Amino acid sequence: MTIGLEEVFETSGMILFNHFDIRAVTLGVNLKDLAHPDHLRLAEACRQRLSDWGGRLVREAGEVSQALGIPIVNKRISITPAAWLIEPCPEPRAAVVLAQALDAAAASAGIDFIGGFGALVQKSATAADRRLMESLPQALATTSRLCGFLNLASTSAGINMDAIARLGHILKDMAGASENALACAKFVAFANAPEDNPFMAGAFHGAGEGDCALNVGISGPGVVRAVVERHPDCDLTMLSEIIRRTVFKITRAGEMVGRELAKRLGVEFGVVDISLAPTTAVGDSVGRILVAMGLEQVGAPGTTAALALLIDAVKRGGAMASGHVGGLSGTFIPVSEDLAMIEAVESGALNLEKLEAMTAVCSVGLDMFAVPGDTPAHALAGLIADELAIGVANHKTTGVRVIPAPGKQAGDSVDFGGLLGRAPVMRLNTFSGEKFITRGGRLPAPVLALKN
Amino acid sequence: MEKERVFVVVIGADQKGIIARISTLLFENGANIEDVQQKVMDGTFVMTMLADVSGAKVGLAGLRKALEECGAAMGLTVMVHNEAVIKAMHRV
Repeated sequence: MTIGLEEVFETSGMILFNHFDIRAVTLGVNLKDLAHPDHLRLAEACRQRLSDWGGRLVREAGEVSQALGIPIVNKRISITPAAWLIEPCPEPRAAVVLAQALDAAAASAGIDFIGGFGALVQKSATAADRRLMESLPQALATTSRLCGFLNLASTSAGINMDAIARLGHILKDMAGASENALACAKFVAFANAPEDNPFMAGAFHGAGEGDCALNVGISGPGVVRAVVERHPDCDLTMLSEIIRRTVFKITRAGEMVGRELAKRLGVEFGVVDISLAPTTAVGDSVGRILVAMGLEQVGAPGTTAALALLIDAVKRGGAMASGHVGGLSGTFIPVSEDLAMIEAVESGALNLEKLEAMTAVCSVGLDMFAVPGDTPAHALAGLIADELAIGVANHKTTGVRVIPAPGKQAGDSVDFGGLLGRAPVMRLNTFSGEKFITRGGRLPAPVLALKN
Repeated sequence: MEKERVFVVVIGADQKGIIARISTLLFENGANIEDVQQKVMDGTFVMTMLADVSGAKVGLAGLRKALEECGAAMGLTVMVHNEAVIKAMHRV
């Protein structure tokens, strides 16, 4: 059937007016074979491999973008969790040396971010895992393109409360070691972390992956917002249908970009992550989609239901469009990176408790929000434990990217500039959970994990 | 040679010479125009040309740049979409 002018124009309008783009092409690279007791040799080998792959990725992504006529915004690399690479290294500084080599590789290749500086400690931690955890403040404060993660909980292992309690202190150190606590913006704590997520800060190349895989993160909050705004009066059943059809289209474009780029790089195509990822550009906002659905502000009664409708419709359209939907594939609601979310916090419509409720239906968790700089370590740990418990109990991924903003109080804001945006400092409940957190131990896996 | 088809989309205020200039540019660069559609939508002139660019002398990137500059000189926005992408997006 011939393609009509309206259909071609619809695609033009998505790119011209509604910020449609491929948000990230992320090349997962296996580095396990480079593990070596000499940490300098390890770091140099990793730097070389990633510089080579990074250069190719940037070059080929530019050509695919030209050939297919779709903007590709970020070129990224995810690696084997770094804690595995330093297992044979007795040198305490190995993790920091590796971090700086990874950052250098990203800079020389023109890669925007490199993810995977982390560990999987959902049940317990090895000595290398602990060395990596302790290196996080220095590693992330002395690098600019490196992102870190820890997987601290899973539905099958439970929640590692010892590691979470320690992380509270590490986060305080990370905040203190970098201006505006920027290091904290490059770190995420996960439950049920996916091994093929193309989005930062939590991307890594997991144990079940091959040597390389190309994963794609599409982005279409602006496109979905525009289509919802064009249908102000239809009922919610129809609205779901309209969103589903739109997400189908943008996912198909993402899949084409991913397959073409993987072919040119000679690597496996991994997944399309269909997450709606907002930016600070006006209109490229998940919060604005919820407002367009009929909420006065994000946080108003009905917000969680509206978000549930949105993410379900996104999954329906995405799953139809691509046979390999993966990664996080939820809706991102980072406070600092979404103008409607910032407005909602500053107007008092949205508080931390409602944000937490929203994450129960939205895969990515509490993202890019600031709390007062004097928040004690046990309170940060409690906040993380709560959010990860939502993921564990609901068999889904949840994450926390929290900024304890130094010297700031609730009502202030911290400005990161660029993609990371501006985070209003949110009030955190000041009643203490210290005794609970310092008990340590491991929360058992929920009974629902016993499925065999 | 296998066909490589693109949609050239022109958006802006209607004026004399749009089709003439765009089609001349495509012809001079070795592209073959296979279909043309145009319409005024919400007061905006929209035209699409389906063109086979497999023989384009300057490559797709060069052709896109030339078309965008040609459009800009007339105050128009010009975009170039790969036909395969449009089909994937709009057909199941």
